[in-house]
Amino acid sequence: MRMTSLARALTLAVFCASGGAVLAEPPGDPKAVKKDDTGKYFDAKGNPTFNIGPDGAIDWFTYSGFRRYHAECHVCHGPNGDGGSFAPALKESLKRFDYAEFYGIVVGGKQSSGAGIENVMPAFGENKNVMCYVDDIYAYLRARGNGFPAGRPTSKREDKTPAATEKEDACLAGKG
Amino acid sequence: MRKLTLMSCVAAAALLANGAAFANDELIKLSKDPKQWALPTGDYANRRYSELDQINSDNVRNLVPVWSFSTGVLRGHEGGPLVIGDVMYFNTPFPNIVYALDLNHEGRILWKHEPKQDPSVIPVMCCDTVTRGVAYGDGKIFQLQADNTLVALDAKTGAVVWSAKNGDPSKGETGTAAPQVVKDKVLVGISGGEFGVRGSITAYDIKTGKRVWRGYSMGPDSDTLMDPEKTTHLGKPVGPNSGITTWQGDQWKIGGGTTWGWYSFDPELNLIYYGSGNPSTWNPKQRPGDNRWSMTIWARDADTGVAKWVYQMTPHDEWDYDGINEMVLVNQEARKVLVHFDRNGFAYTLDRVTGELLVAEKYDPVVNWATKVDMDKSSPTYGRPLVDKKYSTEANGEDVNSQGICPAALGSKDQQPVTYSPLTGLFYVPANHVCMDYEPFRVSYTAGQPYVGATLSMYPPKGDSHMGLVTAWDAKNGKIVWSNKEMFSVWSGAVATAGNVVFYGTLEGYLKAIDATTGQELYKYKTPSGIIGNVTVYEHKGKEYVAVLSGIGGWAGIGLAAGLTNPTEGLGAVGGYSALSNYTALGGQLTVFALPGK
Repeated sequence: MRMTSLARALTLAVFCASGGAVLAEPPGDPKAVKKDDTGKYFDAKGNPTFNIGPDGAIDWFTYSGFRRYHAECHVCHGPNGDGGSFAPALKESLKRFDYAEFYGIVVGGKQSSGAGIENVMPAFGENKNVMCYVDDIYAYLRARGNGFPAGRPTSKREDKTPAATEKEDACLAGKG
Repeated sequence: MRKLTLMSCVAAAALLANGAAFANDELIKLSKDPKQWALPTGDYANRRYSELDQINSDNVRNLVPVWSFSTGVLRGHEGGPLVIGDVMYFNTPFPNIVYALDLNHEGRILWKHEPKQDPSVIPVMCCDTVTRGVAYGDGKIFQLQADNTLVALDAKTGAVVWSAKNGDPSKGETGTAAPQVVKDKVLVGISGGEFGVRGSITAYDIKTGKRVWRGYSMGPDSDTLMDPEKTTHLGKPVGPNSGITTWQGDQWKIGGGTTWGWYSFDPELNLIYYGSGNPSTWNPKQRPGDNRWSMTIWARDADTGVAKWVYQMTPHDEWDYDGINEMVLVNQEARKVLVHFDRNGFAYTLDRVTGELLVAEKYDPVVNWATKVDMDKSSPTYGRPLVDKKYSTEANGEDVNSQGICPAALGSKDQQPVTYSPLTGLFYVPANHVCMDYEPFRVSYTAGQPYVGATLSMYPPKGDSHMGLVTAWDAKNGKIVWSNKEMFSVWSGAVATAGNVVFYGTLEGYLKAIDATTGQELYKYKTPSGIIGNVTVYEHKGKEYVAVLSGIGGWAGIGLAAGLTNPTEGLGAVGGYSALSNYTALGGQLTVFALPGK
């Protein structure tokens, strides 16, 4: 799944960079239908998503995404995915295009201009602090776009699994 | 006739040879002329005080905007205009347009310089694409561009005289600070503490742009320009390679300590003063040790850059309390002192000759991360803040959210400069009144990529609904004299005048005038966008003017504007408290005020 998404995303990134117009595909139903051994949830299309349990507990990855978003993204995109004067509200943007396009933009960056402002998003493809958590950030922003409250998550949350820690360590060490 | 020509030649040659001293004398003279605003800091002492008194506490209520000018750029406008003779000079955020406006014709454009810069620099600027102004000297205007190119422009024509590369933006090394001309040199700092940049201050030759010296904030003595025996910290020699010994491994190479604030100069002592910023990363666990000389007040020789003394305010930072804020040079009786309002919420008074610590007191009572600064000279922790464990993100550790820390990472004051009035003997501090939660976590370093390592949320102190203050401070006794509330952080550099008024701007966009003695609000006018610029006061053709740039943005604009929309715990109790975006929108504009009539 991951390779497929990545390949699609990269193709898309190249396509975007060459100036092609992309017909955005909405992400579809965010409902989680599957959970892997790290505790990450996926929707029916196989894309990462958030999960809120019957007891109100959010999944670890969505919480992790909250943290990573507010370290790497919020300076431009504003707290909580609400947008800032610098860059758009991602909780809204992610309703318009799907995971593959999101992934492609994170990897390759994006430039646009309009209304007298030049917007430039850098390419994060080499940045482990982003790429090792890109699914986490996606799940968090998807949650925000579907009514998950702003601010630090105060609800209960699932524990981080040993498998998630192992995968994180491998990714940060450049083996993921 | 022949003899006369020869004499003129000799005189001219002598003048040229003395060009260096001449540039300095010219600037010292200009900075003492209240009709002009010749330095980005007002004067070399960073007092931002104007001797003009036509506009005073009795008549300031009659002030009106007399002309205005769109800068054509929408991002956050920090800094403020210079006035040299009949010309006003200022620059804009990226793309860093420099304007020279004719004051004889209500701001007609004499020349405009727009550099071509790679837009890839935009996203490597941590907190908006700001610049804090241009400097003047030797008939030239100096601008440090976002992409870290220092350019000298002919003040008459705008033509490029020389340019120098001060750093590599692809590694996150950017330029935001206003240069300062000192003697025959142009001083510039560097930005990028959130990208693992190793901070430095560099002096360039005013005539050629050739680098004369560079002093790093950390590294071996040859980089920091420290003398292990003669450079002192709290009266004691710093010892060999003090810029490495308090770091683990090679972390100092990406150690931060950037230098994007303001630079002061004492011509009698021949010393320059400035502060260095936070150590990288924001996760303290990843950089054990005191991380010298981040978070430090520096005194360097203006000619050689060699450090005379240093004082580290926040060893081993755990909160992003950048030490870059300005150093204001004043005299207390016979003593030459330096007053500094740090991000960490303490106001310091030091002997600027020796670096002796005289006063360190909180200038906002909510400051809680440290109980006090240890002033006991016999104590092993002399000069260090006594950190409250509860608010120590180091003690609480990675992946733990430390709550209710005051001040927030924005600091009790950020770069927005204070002003000092010799009339009242008080400092006027445009301040933030904000607290935070801070959760550090592990990050890895990639050149040119953000290197942050913590997530923060900010809110007003418990029980308060305001996030800004303007505070009058007695630096001798370390006491608050009075303090005015402002709804939002006050992110605008203030000016005190001989008319007994203090001018500053607000994030909603008001230019305000208050009584310097009582703090009473005397005047306000709402400009088109929020003000994060610094006020300039000048006189032209016998009339006093007040000028300020509007243009919301900067860290205040990004962080607070959106942050305030959330009914999170800290804000929940606050009725009717709404987002900055309900008050103002982007837009760069200069507004010039004066009293009505001739």
